[in-house]
Amino acid sequence: MATETTEHAVGACVDGGGTAIGMPQLCADWMPNQIFWLVVSLIVIYFIMSRIALPRIGAVLAERSGTITNDLAAAEELKLKAVEAEAAYEKALADARSEAAKIVAEAGSEIQAELDAELAKADAEISAQTAESEKAIAEIRDSAAANVKDVAKDVTKALVAAMGGKADAKSVNAAVTAKMKG
Amino acid sequence: MATEEHSEGGLVFHPLDQFIVKPLFGDGPVHWYTPTNVTLWMGLAILAIIAIFVLGSRGRATIPTRMQSIGELIYGFIYKMVEDVTGKDGVKYFPYIMTLFVFILFANYLALLPMSYSATSMIAVTAVMGFGVFIAVTVLGFVLNGPAFLGLFWMKDAPAILRPIIAVIEVISYFVRPVSHSIRLAGNIMAGHAVIKVFAGFAALTIVSPVAILGITAIYGLEVLVAGIQAYVFTILTCVYLKDALHPAH
Repeated sequence: MATETTEHAVGACVDGGGTAIGMPQLCADWMPNQIFWLVVSLIVIYFIMSRIALPRIGAVLAERSGTITNDLAAAEELKLKAVEAEAAYEKALADARSEAAKIVAEAGSEIQAELDAELAKADAEISAQTAESEKAIAEIRDSAAANVKDVAKDVTKALVAAMGGKADAKSVNAAVTAKMKG
Repeated sequence: MATEEHSEGGLVFHPLDQFIVKPLFGDGPVHWYTPTNVTLWMGLAILAIIAIFVLGSRGRATIPTRMQSIGELIYGFIYKMVEDVTGKDGVKYFPYIMTLFVFILFANYLALLPMSYSATSMIAVTAVMGFGVFIAVTVLGFVLNGPAFLGLFWMKDAPAILRPIIAVIEVISYFVRPVSHSIRLAGNIMAGHAVIKVFAGFAALTIVSPVAILGITAIYGLEVLVAGIQAYVFTILTCVYLKDALHPAH
């Protein structure tokens, strides 16, 4: 291949001064060299890429998107929990409210019942006293009537005697009683 | 550079000398197995890839380090591209496409270092990749679809008279694909580097040197874009061709 041996690598493509003859791109002498090393390089790069780099980067990317998905899911879960907690709180609050209302109502009805009982007792006492008083009044009235009858008989006997009549007690009493009935 | 001495004071333009393949050790002839500057810069690309994708992701951190997130960013970018263009069933070819992309990307960017060698500017390099993609996609298309793969060239929506004509055009454009695919990349990278070298040659003239240096800076900025964009373009076209193999029906 090397027809001349000078200080430069001289071939069909380089003149004695080390300058390219024509385009080095088109120098057929050099092409096998470039092609050989290109193929070697591409094979090396392919193995680096397909065996080491791409699976590793792919795994990292997949792992990252997995992590992000997991985090999002966890956040969603926490949000649900928060909503649940809020609902529980609301429920507790409502329970407490209804409990309070119940207690208030119970207390009210108890007081009402006590009040009713007291009122009934007071009413009963009052009516008992009223009945007693009425009885006493009736007794007084009866005794007063009896006294009036006695007094009327006595007065009648005295009047009959004063008028000069002879009054037997029996007929006077009967007459007074009949008169008083009338 | 003894021979350049004679042109002292004048302008010396050898913009293509940067693409000369030299043996790394000694001055012997370049055999197919000789370690050359091509070998060196492809090797450096491999080391850079190892640094970012293997060492960078060493920690397998859920919260990534800076290096790891670069690797993840490139991974996600290409993965999404493959998935979007070729569909779910194209994802199993993702490692191959990723290999092409990182090789081109790192070779392009390493070539932007001063004194470096741009492996992706060599037509032999890009043609191997371009034709490799072409052959792989064609074989895959016939293996997966059988003769139905030829339906790629037969437009069912077109009027019946136009179908044969369209088929001829489609076949021609199909076979031009690997050529355009590889020349696009090599041409872009080579042109950019050659233009930088031409501006650098002008920088030897005192009067125009400020303009020349500004020009180098501007072209360099452009080349930074081109390096990324061409890697992207090569990869997305690979995905598009792969999609044709997977789903030949229009």
